[in-house]
Amino acid sequence: MLTYTLKRLLQGIVTVWFIATATFVAMHAVPGDPLANERATTEQIRRNLEQRYGLDRPVSEQYVVYLEGMLRGDFGISFTQENRRVNDIIRENFPVSATLGILAVTYAALGGILFGALTALFRNRLPDLVIMFLVILGISVPSFVVAALSQLALVDMNAFLGFSLLPVAGWGTLRHMIVPSMVLGLGTMAYLARLMRSSMLEITNSDFIRTARAKGLPPARIFLKHQLRNAILPVVTVLGPAIAAITTGGFVVELVFAIPGLGRSFVEAVQQLDYTVIMGTTVFYGGFLVSMVIVVDLLYGWIDPRVRLE
Amino acid sequence: MDEQTRAYRDPMSRVAMRQLLWLGALGAAGLIVLMVALAWASSITGGGSGAGRATDFDTKTITLVLVQEPPQLDSTRATDQVSILILGHIMEGLIRYDASNRLVPGVAERWDIRSDGATFWLREDARWSDGRPVTAHDFAFAWRTIVDPANASEYAFILYYLKNAEAINAGKMSPEALGVRAVSDRVLEVEFERPVGFFDKLVAFAVYFPVREDFYLSRNGRYGTDAEDLVYNGPFMMTRWVHGAHVRLEKNPNYWNRDTVQLNVIDMPYVTSDTTAIVNLFKDGSVVSATLGAEQLDDAMKLRWNIGRYSDGSVFYIDFNFRPERITSNLHLRRALQYVNDSSELVNKVIALPGYQPAVSLFPAWLTGVEGPFRQEYPPPVVTPDLATARQHLELAKRDLGVAEIPPLVLLTGDAPIANKQAEYVQNLFARALGIEIRIDKQIFKQRLDKMTSGDFDMVAAGWGPDFADPLTYGDLYASWNGNNRGKYNNPALDAQVRIAQNSLDPRTRMDAFGEIQRILIEDAVHLPNYERGLVYVQDPRLKGVVHRAVGTDPDYSQAYLVENP
Amino acid sequence: MSVALRFSAADFEPVATERTLQAASRPSLSYWQDTWRRLKQNRRASASLGTVVALGALAVAGPWVWRVDPSAQDVDQISQAPAWPPSALIVEPYTAWGGVTAEPTQPGDVVTDVRLAEPATTQAVRLVWEPVIGAAGYVVYRSVYDPAPDRALGLPVGEMVGANRASFEDRLDLEPRRYWYSVVVMDGSRAERETYAALVVDAVRTVSAEDAESRGWAQNAGALEPGDRIDLPYHPLGTDYLGRDLFARLMYGARVSLFIGVVAPLLFVLVGIVWGSAAGFMGGRADQLLMRFADFVIALPFLLFVILFKIAFGIGPGESGVFPMLVALVLLGWPSTARLVRGQILQVRQEGYVSASQLLGARTSYLVFRHMIPQTMGVILVTLTFAVPSAIFTEAFLSFIGMGVAPPTPSWGSMANEGIRTMLSHPHELLFPAVIISVTVLAFNLLGDGLRDALDVRMRGRE
Repeated sequence: MLTYTLKRLLQGIVTVWFIATATFVAMHAVPGDPLANERATTEQIRRNLEQRYGLDRPVSEQYVVYLEGMLRGDFGISFTQENRRVNDIIRENFPVSATLGILAVTYAALGGILFGALTALFRNRLPDLVIMFLVILGISVPSFVVAALSQLALVDMNAFLGFSLLPVAGWGTLRHMIVPSMVLGLGTMAYLARLMRSSMLEITNSDFIRTARAKGLPPARIFLKHQLRNAILPVVTVLGPAIAAITTGGFVVELVFAIPGLGRSFVEAVQQLDYTVIMGTTVFYGGFLVSMVIVVDLLYGWIDPRVRLE
Repeated sequence: MDEQTRAYRDPMSRVAMRQLLWLGALGAAGLIVLMVALAWASSITGGGSGAGRATDFDTKTITLVLVQEPPQLDSTRATDQVSILILGHIMEGLIRYDASNRLVPGVAERWDIRSDGATFWLREDARWSDGRPVTAHDFAFAWRTIVDPANASEYAFILYYLKNAEAINAGKMSPEALGVRAVSDRVLEVEFERPVGFFDKLVAFAVYFPVREDFYLSRNGRYGTDAEDLVYNGPFMMTRWVHGAHVRLEKNPNYWNRDTVQLNVIDMPYVTSDTTAIVNLFKDGSVVSATLGAEQLDDAMKLRWNIGRYSDGSVFYIDFNFRPERITSNLHLRRALQYVNDSSELVNKVIALPGYQPAVSLFPAWLTGVEGPFRQEYPPPVVTPDLATARQHLELAKRDLGVAEIPPLVLLTGDAPIANKQAEYVQNLFARALGIEIRIDKQIFKQRLDKMTSGDFDMVAAGWGPDFADPLTYGDLYASWNGNNRGKYNNPALDAQVRIAQNSLDPRTRMDAFGEIQRILIEDAVHLPNYERGLVYVQDPRLKGVVHRAVGTDPDYSQAYLVENP
Repeated sequence: MSVALRFSAADFEPVATERTLQAASRPSLSYWQDTWRRLKQNRRASASLGTVVALGALAVAGPWVWRVDPSAQDVDQISQAPAWPPSALIVEPYTAWGGVTAEPTQPGDVVTDVRLAEPATTQAVRLVWEPVIGAAGYVVYRSVYDPAPDRALGLPVGEMVGANRASFEDRLDLEPRRYWYSVVVMDGSRAERETYAALVVDAVRTVSAEDAESRGWAQNAGALEPGDRIDLPYHPLGTDYLGRDLFARLMYGARVSLFIGVVAPLLFVLVGIVWGSAAGFMGGRADQLLMRFADFVIALPFLLFVILFKIAFGIGPGESGVFPMLVALVLLGWPSTARLVRGQILQVRQEGYVSASQLLGARTSYLVFRHMIPQTMGVILVTLTFAVPSAIFTEAFLSFIGMGVAPPTPSWGSMANEGIRTMLSHPHELLFPAVIISVTVLAFNLLGDGLRDALDVRMRGRE
């Protein structure tokens, strides 16, 4: 187990390096001048700006400088938010996105597993149809519509109650976290529910379950130890990337609910061609994703002992 | 099989249900614990605090939304609307605008503007928030820093009226050579490069704000990055700045004019650019004002809100590319498009927002001329949409260019919703009326700027907001040397008029020059005016005294106050 | 005792082969025939298959039937809900109005005698009033609700500076409905008086003969006289924020959305299956390498690469970047499928029959294609059916920021995007694209369900 983990960590570092390089190349290949602004600048000012951000050096040199910084853990200074270090930006925004993401994933996982299992149990009967209908709705309505509608619902609810039970936007207290994370997790919950359902259905019809029943094992044990445990595997596989995706993909939710998260910073950085923020966030995201994948793979091995970790 | 399975699985289902419910309850409990833990953790790391209601009469607090995170608050480097808005509340320049938009003394008590320079006498009681006096030296230092090329200020050009400023900015002279001198703590002497009669209006702009040298140097290059990296001489101080999340301004007890400031706190705990979210916050009673988009007007009327409007001073138009290889450099083609362009229909039917006015000229309606409104004293030549004339010009254009059909033209535009509507409308209009195909090139910000600078477009949807309250802020846009003249329009006659306007001191001469510029722009079809932007907004009736301006801090809360029962 | 066995030659005739045996078993079916049969039996799945085919037909053949240009802007019917086409009155073309000025004779807080200078039409509403002394100007408000009793005046549509201004022309977004206009006196500091003078105005839909011709509502302007009535074009599903026919846009949008929404997921799921099964089956170093590459791809910033592909494909301005989008979606979307498939393969690999088959000499490809992949069908189908809406929405987002289809080309996702803004006032603009997306997703999901049941090897041979 230990050697496996170490090996994976090493591979993870190499992967992150690849990610950084690919992003660097892509970024510099995209047209657009990160220093351009609405008001044109003179030659001298442009040169000074380039010097300040190190853009006057050849691209290969910039790459080396950047890698060196990365090894030291320094992602440089943001182009658009001048004087702010990318490390600071990530440090301030990531916990917010992480909180949102963790809650969203927890909602999604719990809801997905429970609802998926329910529908598999009551296959083709009423609960199945109802839940499946909701699931379809959940995935066919785009996230910005859900976010906008839920905010509207909050406003109406507060108006109806006469006081502000849940805040309509913003971040900072427990009450601020509830609705945005639900909205964020909705799509993934629907997906996980479906996955769980199909997985459960297959397991239920499989031979070893029939054998277990035939053997006369108590139904409780069959369900928990065999059906659920095996059916969860695809869900666990998906969960790793899902966590990472949710954490930086919360752009729409962060915009609508005025949440200062990394998703929003990242999209704005791409639009502004803020090189350092793009690189820093991507590398950070990459590292986070790789770690999540490692955790999930280890978890996989624990849940299903047949999967020997080589 | 179903029969079998049903009977077969029934004990199974019951058990399974129970287990699931158990798991569900456990999961829910775990979720709640998780939420509480996360909330506790975020409060430990100093996350945003819970926001209050829109207004609080007892503590004289109002709550607003910040549309964007200010990149930094160094007045020598600020360029965007939000930074200038906040700077206008926390700093003050030599001269400022009052509630009626007249220039009144700020840090300077009186001043004298001559043809070769100006002198400012500063008041005794102007103080920074840490108690030290505001001196002439603070202004001299700020202005020298702006033109210093090492500082890379994008607004340095607005100081080019000062002696040697341009040379310094090009690296040819040292910043000490700038035509500004602190004769004493209270007296500031300015030398002009060339006469500028409207210097008082320039000095009111945020870029001319003071910066204290010792404080600036003590921050080690981080001046303006955080709340503790700033010292304030304006009506408010920034007491809290959580990036991307929260800005809080509190009344500055050391401000010389503090008796006129009636609000204690301006709290901005929301940062989002989503207009719907802002209106929702207003509906919820969390913020004190919100801008309305066209889609929210019906709702606003139904809720019986008090709707106000103000013109934000900017003009929007479609620029042409005058580079020789481009078709749009042909006058007849441009005239054809000009005679089809109907800004009335665009504003009245497509944009449908009350604040917007159809534009007829580069110079918007709010500009003052010699004594009265500029456009009244110098009415622009009128171009009434006329299909027949347009088609005639089109034929002439085809003959000039030697083509049977005009090839497709590229219209470069941004991704804002109104820009989209405008572009699609224009595309359809030209196709319908003249059979010219327009291809819309929708680019996000940096890519659009890139293409504009490199001239990769035939037409581009552009706009310009005023930097100071004088027609020159628009008038020099099409001068051949102006970097903002992205289409590279080159007309020596227009250049000559711009120089007259820049160098003359006599108001009438200058306004005549602007009138001439206006005429040239229309007769040469240099651009297609579309609209003058205005905003429609709702505001909590308990808040009064908010000032809106075309130039300067807008909206300005420094004179605002709360009433208990509107 | 011996019994004489009497045999005849006939006894040694071979028995005739029975042609018709009792049908004791079904005809033998191959895997695919069995699948198809079970799919047809599943009513829900057949219905959804039919829906999918219908959507495809809509996209391909629809525009031939409903021949309306999806980019034609009917500026007079902006954001119109589905309704029978209104009719308009022909009038003289619009001419600019100089307005009226009058010297105020009375002092007062509010203007008097607010009236229409001429009948109110959707071309213009012209108000005149009696000015008052002491006014610095007047502000005109317009609402669609009665301003009384709480002075909810509505939208400020005009501001006149000067005490002698006595008129106002409103041309802003006029619809044929009832308006309440209010005129308020403004003093020097731009503060308004409390009292207001109101006028109820019913605007009538009008158009000039030339405009009617230029908009394609009539063939010949000369044939129309002021006083005639003319019908506006019919829009069965209403119009969008620029007056474009929603039905036509939905049909054209189907082409883009279905193409991206079906082809992209099919492709990247295919890539994912190949990649994941290779990794799962081979195991060891190869597995690690393949999976690490998959991790690498997931972490790449999607937006950046879409921009890159757009340039690489040389998509010019104003051209629709459908192919770069497709490439980006496929190249960057396969990893999650690969991971899922690999997980399933790892599970299945341990099954007894796999080693048994290998011992019997089965080829790897046979094992993978005939046994393992059908086992993973469930998971694959779920992914596929979720990938469809996901692709549609990604396309919407990209088009929104200019990386996808260029305006005016419609796509369902971008129509939904635009519809959000008018959600409260004109819900049909959001409703129709959202509904058709939901129907498509539902159809694909039910089809996927049905396919999974049909393809499930374990259910083979059972009813």
